[in-house]
Amino acid sequence: MSKRISADEVAHVAALARLSLTPEELELFTEQLGDVLEHAADVEALDLDDVEPLAHPVPLVNVLRPDEVTPSLDRDEVLAQAPAAEDGQFRVPRILGEEP
Amino acid sequence: MSDTSELPEGWGLVVGLEVHAELATATKLFCGCPNQFGSEPNTNVCPTCLGLPGSLPVLNGTAVDYAMRLGRALECEVNPSVFARKNYFYPDMPKDYQVSQYDLPTNTEGRLALPDGYVVGIERAHIEEDTGKSTHIGGDGRISSADYSLVDYNRAGVPLVEIVSRPEIHTVDHAKAYVSELRDILEAIGVSDAKMEEGSMRVDANVSVRPVGSDELRTRCEIKNVNSVRSIGRAIEYEARRHIDLYENGDAPRQETRHWDEAGGRTRPGRSKEDADDYRYFAEPDLLPLRPSAEEIADIDASMPPLPAARRAQVIDASGADGDAAALIVERSQDGLVLDTVAAGADGASVVKHAVNNLADGVGELTASAFAALVGLESAGTLSSTQAKTVLAALVERGGDPEAIASELGFEAMDTGELESLVDGLIADNPDEWARFVEGDKKIQGFFVGQIMKATKGQADGKVVNQLLSRKASS
Amino acid sequence: MSLVPDAVDHAVDIAAAVGAGERSAVDVLNEHLDRVAANEGEIHAFNEVLRDEALAAASAIDQRVGAGEDVGPLAGVPVALKDNMCTRGIPTTCSSRILEGWRPPYDATVVTRLTGAGAVVVGKTNLDEFAMGSSTENSAFGPTRNPHDTRRVPGGSSGGSAAAVAAGFAAASLGSDTGGSIRQPAALCGLVGVKPTYGAVSRYGLIAFASSLDQIGPFTHTVADAAAVHDVIAGHDPLDSTSIAGSLDRVSDALDRGVEGLRVGLITQMMGHGIEGISADVLARTRAAADALAAAGAIVEDVSVPSAIYGLSAYYLVAPAEASSNLSRYDGVRYGLRSDGPNVTEMNTATRTDGFGPEVKRRIMLGTYALSAGYYDAYYGKAQKVRQLMVDDFARAYESHDVLLSPTSPCTAFPFGDKTADPMTMYVNDVCTIPSNLTGHPAMSVPYGVGDDGLPVGVQVLAPAMGEAVMFQAAAALEALR
Repeated sequence: MSKRISADEVAHVAALARLSLTPEELELFTEQLGDVLEHAADVEALDLDDVEPLAHPVPLVNVLRPDEVTPSLDRDEVLAQAPAAEDGQFRVPRILGEEP
Repeated sequence: MSDTSELPEGWGLVVGLEVHAELATATKLFCGCPNQFGSEPNTNVCPTCLGLPGSLPVLNGTAVDYAMRLGRALECEVNPSVFARKNYFYPDMPKDYQVSQYDLPTNTEGRLALPDGYVVGIERAHIEEDTGKSTHIGGDGRISSADYSLVDYNRAGVPLVEIVSRPEIHTVDHAKAYVSELRDILEAIGVSDAKMEEGSMRVDANVSVRPVGSDELRTRCEIKNVNSVRSIGRAIEYEARRHIDLYENGDAPRQETRHWDEAGGRTRPGRSKEDADDYRYFAEPDLLPLRPSAEEIADIDASMPPLPAARRAQVIDASGADGDAAALIVERSQDGLVLDTVAAGADGASVVKHAVNNLADGVGELTASAFAALVGLESAGTLSSTQAKTVLAALVERGGDPEAIASELGFEAMDTGELESLVDGLIADNPDEWARFVEGDKKIQGFFVGQIMKATKGQADGKVVNQLLSRKASS
Repeated sequence: MSLVPDAVDHAVDIAAAVGAGERSAVDVLNEHLDRVAANEGEIHAFNEVLRDEALAAASAIDQRVGAGEDVGPLAGVPVALKDNMCTRGIPTTCSSRILEGWRPPYDATVVTRLTGAGAVVVGKTNLDEFAMGSSTENSAFGPTRNPHDTRRVPGGSSGGSAAAVAAGFAAASLGSDTGGSIRQPAALCGLVGVKPTYGAVSRYGLIAFASSLDQIGPFTHTVADAAAVHDVIAGHDPLDSTSIAGSLDRVSDALDRGVEGLRVGLITQMMGHGIEGISADVLARTRAAADALAAAGAIVEDVSVPSAIYGLSAYYLVAPAEASSNLSRYDGVRYGLRSDGPNVTEMNTATRTDGFGPEVKRRIMLGTYALSAGYYDAYYGKAQKVRQLMVDDFARAYESHDVLLSPTSPCTAFPFGDKTADPMTMYVNDVCTIPSNLTGHPAMSVPYGVGDDGLPVGVQVLAPAMGEAVMFQAAAALEALR
C-alpha cells in the first residue's frame, strides 16, 4: 500500500464526493491514487514560495455584463428533463438536514 | 437598557453577525434571469442558474457596483477580488457548489457605528450567489421528517452580499441595533430591499459566552433562521443562557449550527454532522478577477447619499430632537421634510412632535411650507393642538393651505369673551362641582375642561380654558 | 484492418463547390452517410448519427444556394461534434450513463457558429467519459476503433471525432482538448488537430471537464481545412467570461507565408532529454520535420523549457481538482440519471456510483483530495504555481523563437487494453500536449509520416498566446514538406 494516501483517506474523499466504493474498489483506488500522488511528488518538492499561482490562463479582469433581463427557459422543457417533478418543481427524496 | 444585564451574574456575551442581503438588481448574479420575488416556481431559470451542463456564468456589473457601494457605506477598503467555489452537496444548489468569495473578498476592514455611538468592526462584505428554495412535504413540516421535498430554483443565483461583523457585539440591544442600522443603510443607498420577512435580508448569529472580564473566545454556535429583529434578540439570549447552563453544570457547548425555532422560543441542533465542513474552496476558473479602479471607487464615494447616522445627526442638530425621535424620523425617511420645515422657520420641537406622533402612516401630500405654516398657527395659539393634528391629517391626505383647511373645518380661534360666557354658564349650572373646584379638588378640573370642549366641539384651546378656570376660582 | 477511404473531399473544396452551386450539399452529405452506413458498425465513431436532421439541413442549404444566398464559409461541409457539446433537443451524453437521455435546451456557441457558417451536423461523436482518457476506451457506450487499424485505439478523449474524419464520415469535426484530447487522437489518426489559445473559442455549451484548461478545436485532413473551421468558431462570445475580447487574426490568411527566416525551437525536454518514454520512431519523425523546416529556410534550434517536465504532475492535480467540482452537479436532482435512495444524500450517492465509470470516479476522488483541507497548499496550490513557472519558461523560449516543435504523442496508436491496467501508463500519453493547456497557449498536431509500425505520427507546433497565425503558417509549411 502506498504511503501517499491511506484507505481511510480515500474512503473520506469518496464520501465527500458522494461515491460509494466496494472494499475491492477501495483497495484498488487507494493504490492507484497513491501512484498518481507519488508521481506528483516532484511538484510537491519544488520550492515555489516566490511564484504566484496561476488560476486563469487569460489575462482578463473586470469581465461584466449589463444588468438586463434575457429570456428564461420554458418550465415544461426544463421539467421534462427532471427525474421527478411535481407542481412545477423538482421532486427529491427527504433531505436529511438544513443547508450548511 | 441592555437585555444582557439579565444574563446570570458574571457572564458576558460575545456575538458576531453574518447578514445576507439580496441585491436589488434587475437580473441574477451570473445570468439574465429576472431577480424577482414571488414568481411561479422555476419560471425565472436558464441553463446558467440551473447549473445545466455546459453553462457558464457572466458577472452582473450592477451587482458588483452595489456591493462596492455597500462596502464604502460601511467604510470598507474595496479590494481587488477573486470569486471562489465553495463545494458542498445540497439539492437547493444547482451546481453543488456556491460561487462566493473566499480569501480575496471585495470589501474588508469596515465599521458600523450604532445610533448610541458604539462601533462594530466589519470583517468583510463579499459577493455570492443565493441558493434555490425547497418545500418539505408530509411529516410535521420539519425538514427531516418530511416524506419528500420540492425544489424551486427561481432564487438560485440571485446576488447576495454577506456582511460579516467582528465578534464585537456584547449586548442583545447592540445586536438588534446593528441589524436595524445595517438594514437602514442598505435601504438608504438603494442596493437592497432588506426585507427580513421576504428573506431578502437574513441574519445568522455566532453566539458564545465568557466570564466577565475575560477576553477569550469560547466555542460558538451559529444560529440560523432568525427572521426578525425581535427574534434576533430572543435567539441570542436563549443561546447565551444555554451555553451558561452547560458551563455551570460542568459541561460545554460544541461548535455547531443551530436553528431558531420561533414558535418554540428555542434553538435546535441543525443538520447532521455527516459531512465535515471541508468546502474545498478554489478560485472559480469560469470568472475573472475584479480590479476596481481608484476612479470607480471615487465615483461611488462622490455619489454616496447621506447615510442614516449623518442624517440623524442633522435632524438632532436642526430641530433639537432626541436620538430616538431622530432615528424614527430618519427610518421613515421624513428627515428631509423635517429639516425643510424647520428651515422655513417652524419651531423644531413642534415639528418633531408632529412628525413622531402624527406622521406614522407617511407624509402624503404634506409639504414643508404647509407644515411650517401649520406649526406657526399652533404656536400662535390660533389652533389648539387637537385642531392642529386634525388639520395636519387633512394636509397629509390632500395637501393645501392649513389656514384655509382650518376655516373650512370651522376651526376659528374663539374669542375669550365668548369662552368666558360659556364658562360662567357652566359654573352657574354646576354649583356643587364648582365649589369643590374652588376648594382645591383638582380632579374636578377635568370635568369643566371636558364640558367646555364638548360645547365648543374641541375648538377651545385647553390651555386658555385652564387659565380662565383658575382666574375665576381665585377671584 | 484499415477503413480509411482512398480519397476524401477537403472541407474548403466542398464549401467552395457547394457555395458556388457546383455540387449539392445533399450529394456531399450522402457520400459521407454512405461511408457511415458501410463502416460505422466497425468504427463506432458516433454516439448518435443525425441522419434525418443532416439531410434536412443539407437540403435547406441547397435551396438557399439556389436562391443566390451566401451560405457561409463552410457551405455544405459535413461536420461531427464531440458529444460533450450541447445540441438543443438532441441527446448530449459525454459518453456517460449519468447523462444518458439528456436533451439540452440550448446549443453550444460553437454549434451555432458552425451551422451559421453553412456546416451540416452529421452526428455526435464518442469520447472517453467526460473527456477523461487518451484512448476512448473509457466511454460508457464502448470504444471507438482507429480507422487506420481497427485493432487499435484512435486516441482520446476525442477519439470519435478523430475517427469520424479519418473514416470519411465527416469532412471536419470538433473535439475538446484539456490535456491533449484533440492533438493526441489527431496524431494517432493521421489528422490535423488544433488546440486554440485558451479563450479564443467560446466554451459556452461545452460540458466542462477542467474549466481553466478546456478548449474546443477542429479535426481536419488538412491545415487549410483546420484554418477554415478555426476562423468560423473562434471569436468573442459574451456568454463566456474567459472569451478573449476583440477581433482575432484570420488564420486562413497566414497559410502561404512560408518559413523563410521563421525561428523554430525544438523543445529539448520533449526530444529525449528530460521527459522519458517517447518512442524512437516518433522522435525521429519530429527531428525529420525540424530538418525539413530548416532546409526550407527556417532557423531551427534546440530550446530548453525546464519546467515542462512538471507538466504531467501539475496537470493531474489541477484537472481532477476542477473536474471534481464541475462534476458535482450530476446528483440526480435536475436531469439525467437518478438511482433511488431513501433520502437525498443516499440518492445522490447511488446515482453517482451507478452513473460514473471508474476513470471518472478516480479523477473526482483525486481532485477532491487535492483540494481538501490540509492538502490544498501541497497539491493544488503548488500545481497552480507550476503553471506560472511554465508560462515564464515558455515566455523566455518565445523571446527568441516564433514557434516551438515537439512530438505530439509519445507513441503511435496502441492496441486496445494495452494501457488500461495502470492509470499512470495512460496518463503519460499526454506528456507533450499538457504544457499548452496549463499555459493556455495554442498548439496543433500535423501529420508527418508514419512510425516503424506504419501508423501515423503527428508533430506538434506550439505558439505563444494568440499566436495562431504563425502557428498555422508553420503547420502549413510542414504539411507541404511532408
